[in-house]
Amino acid sequence: MSNVLALVEMSHRGEIAGSTRGLLAAAAKLGTPVAVVATATALTDDDVARLGGLGAAQIYAAVTAAAGAVLVIPALEALSEAVRALQPSAVVLANSVDGREVAARLAVRTGGGLLADAVDVRADAGKVVALHSVFGGAYTVESAVDVGLPIITLRSGAIDDHAPAATPEVSAVSLTVEQGNAAVIDGFNDEAAILARPELRGAATVVSGGRGLGSAQNFVLVEQLADALGAAVGASRAAVDAGFIGHTAQVGQTGASVSPHLYIALGISGAIQHRAGMQTAKTIVAINKDGDAPIFDVADFGIVGDVFTVVPKLIDALNARTS
Amino acid sequence: MKIVVLVKQVPDTAEERKLDLTTGLLDRDAGDSVVDEINERALEVALRVKDANKSTEVVVMTMGPDGATQALRKALSMGADSGVHILDDSLAGADTKRTAAALAAGLKVTGFDIVLAGNESTDGRGGVVPAMVAEHLALPLLGSLVSAEITEGAVRGVRQGEGGTLNVHAALPAIVTVTESSAEARFPNFKGILTAKRKPVTTLSVADLGSADLGSAELGGAGLTGFGPGADARVGSTVIVSTTERTARAAGRKIVDDGTAATELAEFLVANRLV
Repeated sequence: MSNVLALVEMSHRGEIAGSTRGLLAAAAKLGTPVAVVATATALTDDDVARLGGLGAAQIYAAVTAAAGAVLVIPALEALSEAVRALQPSAVVLANSVDGREVAARLAVRTGGGLLADAVDVRADAGKVVALHSVFGGAYTVESAVDVGLPIITLRSGAIDDHAPAATPEVSAVSLTVEQGNAAVIDGFNDEAAILARPELRGAATVVSGGRGLGSAQNFVLVEQLADALGAAVGASRAAVDAGFIGHTAQVGQTGASVSPHLYIALGISGAIQHRAGMQTAKTIVAINKDGDAPIFDVADFGIVGDVFTVVPKLIDALNARTS
Repeated sequence: MKIVVLVKQVPDTAEERKLDLTTGLLDRDAGDSVVDEINERALEVALRVKDANKSTEVVVMTMGPDGATQALRKALSMGADSGVHILDDSLAGADTKRTAAALAAGLKVTGFDIVLAGNESTDGRGGVVPAMVAEHLALPLLGSLVSAEITEGAVRGVRQGEGGTLNVHAALPAIVTVTESSAEARFPNFKGILTAKRKPVTTLSVADLGSADLGSAELGGAGLTGFGPGADARVGSTVIVSTTERTARAAGRKIVDDGTAATELAEFLVANRLV
């Protein structure tokens, strides 16, 4: 089988990114998964074991002092070198802030074709086909690359699979990176508290609140239900614009697109802008006091009622069940 | 200082957006086309530089069909000085790579100290074109900034990363993209709307972009003969294999709360193994 490269992102603290499992699973569908990583210091045995556990048959580990000092270019150079050395049939990257910049530059550099924001991949008669969920899931589009190396960015949380564990062979290379056209990193500001809640993108359950919550104080209700369900917290644009919660929680056409098993919309009317970010959820529950709210058109279970009455009772019922 | 802001005309996210199921391309007649909101934020960053220093020149550039001029006029009414419209039938349906190559060529014609763009469009959501442009021009990209400070010769900003933010900087010339968290865009005022009509908009065809930078090899692979009449029908190195419309979601059970709805919902969640 041909090599398929997966760019593994590592934080400046040396943590392997959460996207890695899905990337290696996608790579395994298309060929032999090879993890490519650029770091300032050599990978630890734990890193190697972890990547093997996620399915990497081989690790192409580039060590460069530029990693963590400049944006994106170290990973780009590592991937370019790996493409030269390993002649892959495809490259997969996370559709993350870094991943897509690397993918874009690699496509220009290698003459490859870029298939962006894929939700799945498959091999079809030797050709790599990417699936895209377009306009908030209203359309499914399949794309391929007719000339050149297929380079694919994968939407966060889109792939549930896990590649079979492997014992990776490690190729360590040292890389000199020309930093001339790179942006310089002056410092990292880690998010103050890493919340116990799951990340919005990729969460199995999402509880979102809208304008109907009325205030930032009342928005706590959304968080309480989320915690009772072990869910991520989301919000409609109206709630974000009103300052109930930060922009990173926004679900919709602008903001995150989510496809959880369960999506609960509290006090959200369901404007088309919002539906575009959540209508591919497997089950949708909506609670809204306006019985004509468009959210009910897509809800599997809808309650016309007051969130401040229904949600506390629901939390009690859920807690009673678990205790 | 000369700032070029890249803008894209997209279908209005407040309406139903449609793809043509045979070509897989956007159905432009299905709804209204507007300037993508994220581009207005990028323009706002540029206009604030101009507010502080009147000698700043702000140019807005787009690639798109005839009607995309409206997007440029909107940007001009907000305060940009002039527009550049890359317009050529051979570019219809261009993929991200070809779009980036054309924009990069356009930027070389126009000249700039800094290029500002949105981090991702609301239609394609690829978020890759600015990085491709940066690679074509061998320039640094400060992508996904939540705030940007542009001074003579340099740009610094805060980049939204995966687990936090990063402080970053680059010397000019550079490419910058901004996120939804960056400056809220201004509304055009009456004077802006009146003067927008008189501001210059230059149209660049593929021929105007210069063949040196738009060779077929660079632009989408061996299957292409290049731009202009007679170009291969395949417009990039990527192809659309199929386009299918998702069946609309049907509404399920809807109950009016009579005091027992929470219990019924809990039962529904349990029965469907959702908790």
